[in-house]
Amino acid sequence: MGHVLVFAEHQHHKFSKATLVGITGGKEAAAKMGGDCYAAVFGKGVDDLANELAEYGVKKVFAVDDPSLEHYLADAHAAALAQLAKDKGVETILTTATAVGKDLLPRVAALLDAGMATDVTAFGGDGTMQRPMYAGNAVATVKIESPTKVVSVRATAFDPATKGGAKAEIEKVGVSVDAASKTMKFAGFSETKSDRPVLTEAKIVVSGGRALKSGENFKTVLEPLVDVMGAAMGASRAAVDAGFVPNDLQVGQTGKVVAPELYVAVGISGAIQHLAGMKDSKIIVAINKDEEAPIFQVSDYGLVADLFKAVPEMVDEVKKLKS
Amino acid sequence: MKILVTVKRVPDPNATIKVKPDGSGIVTDNLKYVVNPFDEIGIEEALRLKDKGGGAEVILVSIGGKVAAEQLRTGLAMGADRAILVLAEQELDSLGVARILEKIARDEQVNVVLMGKQAIDDDCNQTGQMLAARLGWPQATNASKAEGLDSDAEKQGLPGIIIGDGKTAKVIREVDGGIETLDIGLPAIITVDLRLNTPRYASLPGIMKARKKELKEIPVDSLGVDVTPKVKVLKLDPPPKRQAGRKVESVQELVNVLHTEAKVI
Repeated sequence: MGHVLVFAEHQHHKFSKATLVGITGGKEAAAKMGGDCYAAVFGKGVDDLANELAEYGVKKVFAVDDPSLEHYLADAHAAALAQLAKDKGVETILTTATAVGKDLLPRVAALLDAGMATDVTAFGGDGTMQRPMYAGNAVATVKIESPTKVVSVRATAFDPATKGGAKAEIEKVGVSVDAASKTMKFAGFSETKSDRPVLTEAKIVVSGGRALKSGENFKTVLEPLVDVMGAAMGASRAAVDAGFVPNDLQVGQTGKVVAPELYVAVGISGAIQHLAGMKDSKIIVAINKDEEAPIFQVSDYGLVADLFKAVPEMVDEVKKLKS
Repeated sequence: MKILVTVKRVPDPNATIKVKPDGSGIVTDNLKYVVNPFDEIGIEEALRLKDKGGGAEVILVSIGGKVAAEQLRTGLAMGADRAILVLAEQELDSLGVARILEKIARDEQVNVVLMGKQAIDDDCNQTGQMLAARLGWPQATNASKAEGLDSDAEKQGLPGIIIGDGKTAKVIREVDGGIETLDIGLPAIITVDLRLNTPRYASLPGIMKARKKELKEIPVDSLGVDVTPKVKVLKLDPPPKRQAGRKVESVQELVNVLHTEAKVI
């Protein structure tokens, strides 16, 4: 039977929306293969996380609790996850294509001599999967032919799992991390402090492009709109390449993939690699002074205007609406 | 120290990619090919480590048809020392590529493998991590420059990856929600992200010199590596088109429709 094991990533002792999307992806994959969906949580002191995970409608939860797993490190985590998958006889190992997911899963795949599909958006009934290629210019139908399969799912491809139903059984699993893990050491994490919602979880995303001309303009022109709308801020790769904003704001094929209720693209022309990261948004708004800009071809509402005039006006209009 | 850098031949990122009507691939007529932009950042970083470290040898490796020599020559013109082209005309998956690179890395006894975090054609983001597992080496993916690309360090052409005494490396990684610092033992695999450096252009003397540098061709069959793909691409389809909506005349109208019609604010 094709059982699926979902690796449930957590940060600050919480499951993100991306993790919950992975659980849904795992359940869909298991349903298509006629197997069960299990979930695993790794870390140090994860009892409460395992308890929470058990409420999301999976068949069983594995709690892998060990001091060596306190910080995410690819070698120790991959060794432990590959071992767990082998011991439990699962066919598919799955997680969401987050920074951790992308780092971890290929290493697990190689340890298990398994084929892997990245950024899967849909599962077919015949073992096929769909995934984007060429920066979203093509949708590939792929099939993994090895006995064990490894899959990362796109963070916007499924609805996040919700709590309900019978609570799953929790099994505590010990871990023997091999010596290889001694060669990687977590040396620090500097968190990007922000009062704004997380880019990949926000209901509204306001993104800026190269037309903003400077990092200063991101602050003085775009940020007021971001904040009055209660949005997360994003950026095009062009704006990141120009050094206006850090890469963790990049929306696109090589950055973050988002699908908010409302996506506002300000001064973004709409290169295919950017569209690949936001075209699943429910409503897309584009503000650009070039009426030929490709972004207008995917937007629900387009405004041809100079952003330096339109954005401050929009701040005022939204303020009026909210008061 | 020996640094191995991967060089994948990929379609120009600025080219318009179209899927063939029969779904068997993309239209390649008149398509220009370049070095995978992420690999280019890898080459640049290797050259900087060589300049600042003293005595490193930078070896390029590509896998594909004879045409991939063009991309290797580009890397040699940037300043790499020599190149290896593994001749393989068949379809390969990431694990097959990782197995080939494993063999090359072992044969060449390299200390560091630098590669792009992903190739811009298949967008898999797998090979570096798979290679690390095959070799049993540590990995650091998405290497970035702590100071950023508009920093003095970048203007001075300094590397973002810090190689200690030849036994360890410090890598700044861009991850979700912040910046992680990772210490890893060498030998290791490091994959590179956009904001690690700005690659140099090949100079004219560099291009002249590159012609004389060693470019060794190795048939994949001679490596004795199993490259049977485990992942098959069955077909390609063009992405679903999103319907274009309508233009609004003013900011006032925009905010109004978002509130009353789309009901998102």
